[in-house]
Amino acid sequence: AVSLPFAVGQCGNQVGCRFWDLALREHAAVNKKGVYDEALSSFFRNVDTRSGDNGPDIYKGKICSLKARALLIDMEEGVVNEILQGPLRDVFDSKQLITDVSGSGNNWAVGHKIYGCQYRENIVEKLRKTAEHCDCLQCFFIIHSMGGGTGSGLGTFVLNLLEEEFPEVYRFVTSVYPSGEDDVITSPYNSVLAMKELNEHADCVLPIENESLFEIVNKIHQMINSGKLGSIVKQNSLVTSSAGSSKTLQEKPFDAMNNIVANLLLNLTSSARFEGSLNMDLNEISMNLVPFPRLHYLVSSLTPLYTLADVNVPSRRLDQMFSDAFSRDHQLIRADPKHSLYLACALLVRGNVQVSDLRRNIERLKPSLNFVSWNQEGWKTGLCSVPPVGHSHSLLALANNTCVKPTFIELKDRFMKLYKKKAHLHHYLQIDGMEQSCFSEAISSLSDLIEEYNELDATKGGPRIYPSRLKIAV
Amino acid sequence: MSIVTVQLGQCGNQIGHEVFSALCRDIRGTHGLCSKKENESYQDSCKERFFCEEESAVPVARAVLVDMEPKVISQTLSLAASSGHWRYSSHSHFCQKQGSGNNWANGYSVHGPRHKEAIMNLVQKEAEKCDRLGGFFTIMSMAGGTGSGLGAFVTQCLRDAFPSSFLLNHVIWPYGTGEVIVQNYNSVLTLSHLYRSSDALLVHENDAIHKICAQLMNIKQISFRDVNAVIAHQLGSMFQPTHTAAGGSGYSRNPLGDLMETLVPHPEFRMLGLRNIPQMPENSLPYSTFSWPGLIKHLRQMLIANAQMEEGIDWQVRPPHPGSSIPSTNKPLHFNTSIANLVILRGKDVHSVDLGCFQDPSLYTSWLTPQDAFNAWKTPRAFNKYEKCAALVSNSQFLLKPLDSIVAKAWNMFASKAYLHQYTKFGIQEEDFLDCFTTLEQVISSYTNL
Repeated sequence: AVSLPFAVGQCGNQVGCRFWDLALREHAAVNKKGVYDEALSSFFRNVDTRSGDNGPDIYKGKICSLKARALLIDMEEGVVNEILQGPLRDVFDSKQLITDVSGSGNNWAVGHKIYGCQYRENIVEKLRKTAEHCDCLQCFFIIHSMGGGTGSGLGTFVLNLLEEEFPEVYRFVTSVYPSGEDDVITSPYNSVLAMKELNEHADCVLPIENESLFEIVNKIHQMINSGKLGSIVKQNSLVTSSAGSSKTLQEKPFDAMNNIVANLLLNLTSSARFEGSLNMDLNEISMNLVPFPRLHYLVSSLTPLYTLADVNVPSRRLDQMFSDAFSRDHQLIRADPKHSLYLACALLVRGNVQVSDLRRNIERLKPSLNFVSWNQEGWKTGLCSVPPVGHSHSLLALANNTCVKPTFIELKDRFMKLYKKKAHLHHYLQIDGMEQSCFSEAISSLSDLIEEYNELDATKGGPRIYPSRLKIAV
Repeated sequence: MSIVTVQLGQCGNQIGHEVFSALCRDIRGTHGLCSKKENESYQDSCKERFFCEEESAVPVARAVLVDMEPKVISQTLSLAASSGHWRYSSHSHFCQKQGSGNNWANGYSVHGPRHKEAIMNLVQKEAEKCDRLGGFFTIMSMAGGTGSGLGAFVTQCLRDAFPSSFLLNHVIWPYGTGEVIVQNYNSVLTLSHLYRSSDALLVHENDAIHKICAQLMNIKQISFRDVNAVIAHQLGSMFQPTHTAAGGSGYSRNPLGDLMETLVPHPEFRMLGLRNIPQMPENSLPYSTFSWPGLIKHLRQMLIANAQMEEGIDWQVRPPHPGSSIPSTNKPLHFNTSIANLVILRGKDVHSVDLGCFQDPSLYTSWLTPQDAFNAWKTPRAFNKYEKCAALVSNSQFLLKPLDSIVAKAWNMFASKAYLHQYTKFGIQEEDFLDCFTTLEQVISSYTNL
């Protein structure tokens, strides 16, 4: 089953670029024989390029030329051009790109209303072409940021489009949320307008915060530079490292942070691509982690962040990996799940980990976590045999937890600060199709979402009420 | 008579593979401890039941493999082939690309009707290869989406297409603390539907088998493969050929029919549990000796105290005093009342075993006599290197508490309406859920009042 990533906007494409880089590395490590297999086909086509770029797809046999199943969309050319000139240039062809020159000016309305309208047909056509090459399309991934104009506005336009054109295909969105100190003044507007779309049209959203990524990067730097004997780290095991083998390559400023997000996506799809004793597909993630349609925001944490290269140092105890997954240091957004309410939790383990390890750790960690009354024992678990590059095992935890509420409340507050003064509003309202009601509806949607979380939080710690069972006449 | 096995979903296919491997290993083994003639008769009988010779170097399993995604079937086929001792037929599998997303409604309402023809064609082909079809054995988990939902649909189709064939469903109950968050919903939907179409449900609980792996098999890092191997051993001890009391000489020709006849006297009571003794790591076998009286005593106590294995049995539980005229409500709380029991003995000196303790009327519900309720099958041919081996297949209150627990958790979730939108979008409505809850509450009530 195929997953189709769409990168929209500058942030989305930078992350996307890292993703394809690491995906190729992962498959190269696993696929020693150079044979095009099911695992590869979930992200790549195999094209016979001997007669040029428009050659036919080859479904079996040796790998000829791998092409990413992707769409790269940006309203500026800079990032996409760089990708096309870099080491990944052969992985994409021009039919997968949609670009323009002037950008969206950090304006959601420009991205959503103007470019959306302008490029709609183009996007649909390219989407259909890409989908045609897939014998079974299971999931779309949108990778974007919320704070700007293209990723946020055009990205959510694409989300709507996907629902209209392919209603049965799941829509997963990886959204980078702006921080309070974001230098784009209008990022609260853009984010809240985008949130409404995510509320209504996404199946699952994985919110990411730059601060968390930054802290993880720092933690790793400290670890490497601490100079402790035995702290030599396997370079390729860093959750922040790129596939390029040379350490001397100057990595671009956001590369390390973007690699983390790329690793998230790789781990998320690993059990769908590779075999294991308890497979976990993307449609299962959506099924188990979304108890009510709008409560589909998942907190993710990744572990381990690195592996020590020194074989004399005993590898971290497996149980430590599980503990780390529930530590805030490993989360991709700042939040406090342990002091909030779990609605559902999924653990996707990779590598040489068995069901008894899973059970032992669930029993161990469960008492310190608060689960909602109607899902006291609900855990979704997956075991994938193939570990990520550089590791013997890894764990991705996805939590549907009310701890996202503060993030949304903060966003709402930042929005209201601007909105009350009508600051910069005219930049939006002057766009065709934008009205005051777009803003009021968006903030209302966010408020409703926050209220749903409030209601659930109110049940926390309360007495357990067991609904009376059906009575059978004897 | 031959049994066609239908392996459904990841769990069904993984277990199915272990079962055929165990059966094949057993008949190839030289530890039969019986006469050559007996051994040959046993091997022939097993092969007739489970394997087809075809024009193949190795026996071909009589099985249909079904899954909605390709990875597991692909692995299962190649694992079997690489064993060199048996294989699956190359044309007996059906798979799709997408999986069922742990969604029972998707498995039952979407995949079922969509793929009914293709799947039933494969079943028909396997059935036709049998000289005499003895019935169907389906293997599935009830926690996921394919085994559970598509499995329930296929079971119904089997019932419709083969109304006079026996149908035994092997159902795996998931770990209590989740493998799947919606597992209790999927379980309720599966069990209630199977109850309507199947002849009997044979249940294995992951939690119980896990304990066996940990405490009896001494496995440190228990994998699903380990769990499945124990399940396969237990199934083998039930399915391998035996002489039934009425069978005269020669091995029973109608295993599923015999099973149903002895264990399911009443359609309201279809839930079967399986126990096996002794269980230990293979390398401990040469150093262990067993006595039949000891094994039988333990097995009986496992029955009445509802123990899953021979360690940690509660010996305090006793049957109520005979001669007390007050019916079931007076039975001590932890006592496991039976409707019917089948004991299967394999190995050395089976003919001399005294099973009188299983014929105590106080073990059984008042509306059956032990003559009707208890049966024993035997064979001197040892199974899977165990010098002596006893299996108990029981239609009793074994599954009452676990069933009640699953229904309670599902009901708790249902009351909050959590996850319902995932089912309604594929056509399973709240009323459908209510029907299923009602069916199972009825089953719980019936078993409680034994």
